[in-house]
Amino acid sequence: MSNRYARIGVQVVLLALVYGIVWALINAGVIDDYIQATMATICINIILAVSLNLITGFTGQFSLGHAGFMAIGAYTTALVTMEYPTTWGFLGGVFLGAILAAIVGFLIGLPTLRLRGDYLAIATLGMAEIIRILLLNFDFTNGAAGLSGIPSFVGWTWLFVFTVGTIVLISNFLHSSHGRASISIREDEIAAESVGINATRAKTLAFTVGAFFGAIAGGLYASYFYFIKPDLFGFLKSIDILVIVVLGGLGSLTGSIIAAILLALLQTFLQPFPELRMIIYSLALVMIMIFRPQGLMGSRELNLASLTRLTRRGRAAEGAS
Amino acid sequence: MFEIRDLNVHFGGIHALKGISMTVDAGEIVTLIGANGAGKTTTLRTASGLKKPTSGTIVVDGRDITAASPQERVKLGLCQVPEGRRVFPQMTVQENLEMGAYQRKDKANLASDFDDVFGRFPVLKERRKQTAGTLSGGEQQMLAMGRALMSRPRILLLDEPSMGLAPLLVAEIFDIIKQINEAGTTVLLVEQNANMALRIADRAYVMETGSIVLEGPASELLDTEDIKRAYLGG
Repeated sequence: MSNRYARIGVQVVLLALVYGIVWALINAGVIDDYIQATMATICINIILAVSLNLITGFTGQFSLGHAGFMAIGAYTTALVTMEYPTTWGFLGGVFLGAILAAIVGFLIGLPTLRLRGDYLAIATLGMAEIIRILLLNFDFTNGAAGLSGIPSFVGWTWLFVFTVGTIVLISNFLHSSHGRASISIREDEIAAESVGINATRAKTLAFTVGAFFGAIAGGLYASYFYFIKPDLFGFLKSIDILVIVVLGGLGSLTGSIIAAILLALLQTFLQPFPELRMIIYSLALVMIMIFRPQGLMGSRELNLASLTRLTRRGRAAEGAS
Repeated sequence: MFEIRDLNVHFGGIHALKGISMTVDAGEIVTLIGANGAGKTTTLRTASGLKKPTSGTIVVDGRDITAASPQERVKLGLCQVPEGRRVFPQMTVQENLEMGAYQRKDKANLASDFDDVFGRFPVLKERRKQTAGTLSGGEQQMLAMGRALMSRPRILLLDEPSMGLAPLLVAEIFDIIKQINEAGTTVLLVEQNANMALRIADRAYVMETGSIVLEGPASELLDTEDIKRAYLGG
């Protein structure tokens, strides 16, 4: 028990250090606006990937509609903050969007999660497209031109709080009995039902929670980048998120985090070569999938416990040689 | 204790179970034998709630559970070990067993139930921290049974526990089923290995193309000429 508290203590200290150092670097001007935008993209992608991983990686439900939830969050946050341009308005917008997305996720999940594999993928793809088309045709969303001049309340602090909060909450969810039920469905749905797990309920719950956090990422996006339009939340966006999840490893939260950071860095470094960018990016993806088809982390997690194990093994190896 | 009355099940246009009736009394081992596609597994899946019947009733302790969900049936003490050793491959043996106790409210007694399962299957204790996917076929079957026992079933529904196992292991598994039964759990056993099943069972039902064609004490069926010719290879 004390070991567990010690671990939590170390984690809190590490997180506080990361937050403090980045905060100091931003204030000292070392991290400029360009790097900050990359960091925002990374944080938003982490939230998207971790929440999709809950649905696809841990519960085993192949979803191609995550951008739809992101869109709901982005538009809700944008519309609310344009009406109430305060921090409370921003937070209210983010949570309202998340709750709306969760409701949509629940309503869509209930009938479609009975479908398996490819069929579910098509159904969720259809859902995201419907959301996009609705946003394109409503008056209050300003159609294809989208919404611009969204008041920005997102700085490093909110990015950090929402990203860490999402990871902690989803990780706790996975370690709860609900999370266990989700994982057992991915492992074997019939066996899960035979031990008394309500598969439909567990899948719908995971889908709803995933939708909730996907929308939070959308809210942060709208607020950070001032401008949103329906095209940003199309099919390709869903694929982008899925790529991060698969690359990091289905069923590994830390894998999603590492992949989100790596891909954003890769994109940034390739920025000066626009004509080669997508070719190199795609090639890198193909190579990783050939050499590590299970993703960077597989279904393992990188945490303090595994790190200490690694260093211990390293020391033992040194001692032996 | 457990009763099926005039059960009809359809898969689309296919009439899979044609008015099946059977009873299992407390403390018995009842086996359901028959060829491939006779409807044995469908009967079991309907009993555990994974398949909804078109008509008929399923009764446990005088209570009609036909409309109950699989989860409620597990709570009532009806637990199925599905066909083909369906363990959770990426979870450890320990976690698999914990999943078996998912529906339990009395978590205080878990430790003694772990001891009980490990006592029955010592190999599971040795492999406690191994992922279930790395176990051999026989060990996976033991794990699937151990997992079911963790839910403290009063009636254990076993679907083809001998499938794909070496003869020596089959004998071991059947010994364990007998022991579980002697410890007070009622067993409904679906098997293709009629010979082994009839040897440990008290009573048996024989199925053919969706109907029960024969029933009686297992020892009598073992000596019936029809059964010998059709299922026992002699």
